[in-house]
Amino acid sequence: MSGFLKSSIGRKIAMALSAFFLMVFILQHFAINILSVFNPDLFNEASHFMGNNPLVQFVLQPVLIFGVIFHFVMGFVLEFKNKASRNVSYAVNNGNANSTWMSRNMIYSGGFILIFLVIHFIDFWIPEINTKYVLGDSSGLLADGSDYRYFVELQHKFIPLWRVLLYCAGFVFLSLHLLHGFSSAFQSVGANNKYTQALKGFGKAYAVLIPLGFIVIALFHFFNNSH
Amino acid sequence: MNLTLKIWRQKNANSKGEIVEYPISDISPDISFLEMLDVLNSQLIPAGEEPVAFDHDCREGICGSCSLYINGEAHGPDRRVTTCQLHMRKFKDGDTIFIEPFRANAFPVVKDLVVDRSAFDRIQQAGGFISINTSGNTQDGNAIPISKHAADEAMDAATCIGCGACVASCKNSSAMLFVGAKVSQYALLPQGQVEAADRVQNMVAQMDLEGFGNCTNTGACEVECPKGISLENIARMNRELVKASLKG
Repeated sequence: MSGFLKSSIGRKIAMALSAFFLMVFILQHFAINILSVFNPDLFNEASHFMGNNPLVQFVLQPVLIFGVIFHFVMGFVLEFKNKASRNVSYAVNNGNANSTWMSRNMIYSGGFILIFLVIHFIDFWIPEINTKYVLGDSSGLLADGSDYRYFVELQHKFIPLWRVLLYCAGFVFLSLHLLHGFSSAFQSVGANNKYTQALKGFGKAYAVLIPLGFIVIALFHFFNNSH
Repeated sequence: MNLTLKIWRQKNANSKGEIVEYPISDISPDISFLEMLDVLNSQLIPAGEEPVAFDHDCREGICGSCSLYINGEAHGPDRRVTTCQLHMRKFKDGDTIFIEPFRANAFPVVKDLVVDRSAFDRIQQAGGFISINTSGNTQDGNAIPISKHAADEAMDAATCIGCGACVASCKNSSAMLFVGAKVSQYALLPQGQVEAADRVQNMVAQMDLEGFGNCTNTGACEVECPKGISLENIARMNRELVKASLKG
């Protein structure tokens, strides 16, 4: 099995498996975030559950962090190896004739997503960890104790225009990444059969609708609460 | 047709190459691309210049010898043809045509447009075959029932001529379409299943050893393949490798 994970195909399959996990996570993240548009109370309840459930905090969260780091590190490692397999470039190369821009530039869309994720962690994850595990406040309540703090914190984050624009750009790159990545992950694990065309259609819908939904959430809070 | 050719010239494997410009005139749109290069060489030789070296053999799209990266595409702008089947009518009078060798570290340039594709031979030798008992009682292949569907899929995979367009077109110089086709053509047939696990493991190991890049599923190989080898073969190879690895 160790030989398998050292092989080019083994690494490709490992990339795909981490991608599946991340795509499920994104869907779950979206499902909770969209509650903030329709039902702030339910959003607060869901956020509190996710932030305090031991299974989520101490099993799923470390797996998620490992999955994110693995996906980025392996992505960069494979990219450097692939670049090194052709020392002399073509004088003329017509990539558009045979492949999509998204498929050829996963490293750039992924790189921008990484920048976005660092900012996203600084914005939300690190303050959350600080409140719960450094300051020891797991109540999830505002300072005056009148309500849960999650919805109010979310609203405050989307007041500055620069952050809203940055998040929207991050989601555009996420969409570009998924437009190739969704079906690519299935191909990597060997799933290419009579359902592939339907799967590609579903993948495109996922790649457009989920990031678009995140953009709608960001814009909703920007326009609804700060202006 | 009057054309401007920009051709990669490289004296030998160790020398530094460069693009050299050659104007060429009165080219018939009915001749093939290789015949156009023959015309160019027939003008260079009397002028005392070194003719342009390029690979060719059958000139009917079967042998996989011809290569060439033409205006940024393996085997040129036409689809499902090798360079020998590419006709000059695909170009316009006054065009500038860039002609380069297939590029990959695993395909080093030998001279001008000729590259060494023996890495493919070594991958084949690592497992792209079936061992036949030649003791005199070999079973007739036609006596083994094979479904039409499996036979057709195996035949589709076996049409790979090993030209290397997949490697040349891939941004990662990946050979997975070639190896996937060679693994598939045997994996789909009962005769190939006996050695299936060793085959896929050995061929993939050799592929990695040769320095080809990783497949990132851009699909460029499938589009540029002169024989239309499908990405399904790469998926099948991946499944075969997982199966073989789980068996231990």
